[in-house]
Amino acid sequence: MATLLASLRSPRGLLTVLVLVLLAVLPLLTQAFDQRYLLSIGTRIVIWAIAAVSLNMILGYGGLVSFGHAVFFGVGGYAVGILSANGLHSGWLQWPVGILAAATWAALVGTLSLRTRGVYFIMITLAFAQLVYYIGAGLEAYGADDGLNISRSRFPGVIDLRDKASFYWLCFVLLCGTLWFCQRFANSRFGFVLRGAKSNDLRMTALGFPVFRYRLAAFTISGAFGGLAGILLANEGAYISPAMMSWIKSGDLIIIVVLGGMGTLFGPLYGAIAFFALEEFLPPLLDLGGKDWGEYWQIVFGPMLILIALYARGGIDSLLGRTEGRRNG
Amino acid sequence: MEYLLLQILNGVQLGLLMFLLAAGLTLTFGIMDLVNLAHGSLYMMGAYIAWTLIAWTDSFVLGALLTLPATFVLGIVVERVVARRLYARDHLDQVLATFGLILFFNELVRVIWGPAGKSIAVPRFLAHTIEIMPGAPYPAYRFAIIVVGAAVALLLAWLVARTRVGMLIRAGASNRRMIAALGINIELLFSLVFGLGAVFAALAGLMAAPVTSVKIGMGDDILILAFVIIVIGGIGSIKGAFVAAMLVGQIDIIGRAFLPDMLKTFLSPSAAASAAPSISQVLVYVLMAGVLIWRPTGLFGQRN
Repeated sequence: MATLLASLRSPRGLLTVLVLVLLAVLPLLTQAFDQRYLLSIGTRIVIWAIAAVSLNMILGYGGLVSFGHAVFFGVGGYAVGILSANGLHSGWLQWPVGILAAATWAALVGTLSLRTRGVYFIMITLAFAQLVYYIGAGLEAYGADDGLNISRSRFPGVIDLRDKASFYWLCFVLLCGTLWFCQRFANSRFGFVLRGAKSNDLRMTALGFPVFRYRLAAFTISGAFGGLAGILLANEGAYISPAMMSWIKSGDLIIIVVLGGMGTLFGPLYGAIAFFALEEFLPPLLDLGGKDWGEYWQIVFGPMLILIALYARGGIDSLLGRTEGRRNG
Repeated sequence: MEYLLLQILNGVQLGLLMFLLAAGLTLTFGIMDLVNLAHGSLYMMGAYIAWTLIAWTDSFVLGALLTLPATFVLGIVVERVVARRLYARDHLDQVLATFGLILFFNELVRVIWGPAGKSIAVPRFLAHTIEIMPGAPYPAYRFAIIVVGAAVALLLAWLVARTRVGMLIRAGASNRRMIAALGINIELLFSLVFGLGAVFAALAGLMAAPVTSVKIGMGDDILILAFVIIVIGGIGSIKGAFVAAMLVGQIDIIGRAFLPDMLKTFLSPSAAASAAPSISQVLVYVLMAGVLIWRPTGLFGQRN
């Protein structure tokens, strides 16, 4: 509590508290102003933020450029969808299965791909994601390319996921849990080994740390949280499809993490907010020009990404002062 | 027997198209150390520019020939404006910036050509079948793809192995700082290689157009396949790209052509039909994973 109050004195802390409070009361706000549509954007932001935080654990803290993180959307989502299509609707079953499946897949992919470096690592994570994508696209019984409408997970007597506000709050609580975990993770001995390996893995190996095993553990944990995000995503739309794990989505996740600030705790959350805000508000802004240019918002967003990659690697977080960003630079 | 032969030819045709795409990618990757996700966009731009030029000249051959210099210029522009700023950056920056280029080009196409797909008709003089073997008719256009693709592959092999530019390209792939130190204008070489890669990508895009279709994002998925090919072959190796493209082409076609019948023995026909293309794709990625585990730098990659 004391640290929380102390954090209010810096602009970074103030913004963080402000954002979290705003997110916490979002359903009340959208109801008061009768803007239900904003709640669905808010839900997507929160779910994507969970996935982005999980990607940040390996990308930001570990320096491992995984270009297939959206695969965990798919694994988590398809676990829910396949169980639900076979009449097993209980969330108490679906959710652990989804998370376990994602963690198992992450452990498997990690075992094979963490032996490679650099571009090869990027490509092999991408290839494994594509592999699952095509498996999803080939599952005739579960909608193949077109996807499948599913019924939402059931937690009888606890929560009704069909209620948009309850679902949002559940996602929000899970996001807070993920952030809490990530904070503990990053500042633990484990996290420091991982960050050490990012800056110099030879040195860490020389110091006697089994770098590969640390990375594999981080990759697996990250996959488990990604699976959780996938479970939520499937429940958000009551729909699963291979498109949720296309490589474009993996790219979007990387954008979100970099946009927010790699290797910072709240960066991925800011990134998710900024990403979806741009997607929602850039089109109407462009429409102000008089013509219907809003439809073509990506023609502005694409060059923005190039500029961010070239000149603004610290992301949004670095705009808030250098204390935290530097430590991880 | 005829069926098998036709399918192998289809595999060769796909492999040659993939090789054209992968050749530019492996060169930019090997020489400039650039992960260029936007290479697929050049493939798409090639098809769209060809569509316009073919409609304008009213001739497939003339339109196609004009497309090549046009995309060379486009490649040079992309290299000068964006790509060259990325050579010294880490791979994450490159992924991010070239992903931005993809969004830009997809949207640019929507602005210029509209959201609906286009189709390029098979040129009239090739709109027939030829009998490569008695009783085995094969579309002349697809045969032409094989001929052109093979010719370009040979041309490229000659260019890289026998000419001075090719010597510089090979030298650049193994040590670019050294050849810069030896007084070679490396910026010019980089522009040239990037432009050449753009031409090959565009050629693949425009040749594929009559047998597939010209649409937004057409380069996105095929790009990933091209990456898989250069990773299997070994980054920077033209020979590796060729061998891997042929392998992938055969796996893909054989999978599509023969898996449905094999799967039908234990799946329903519709399930088999929808699973087969997926399985052949999955096989490609399994091949890549296997190669990387066996040889972490690809079949013909440099080991260092």
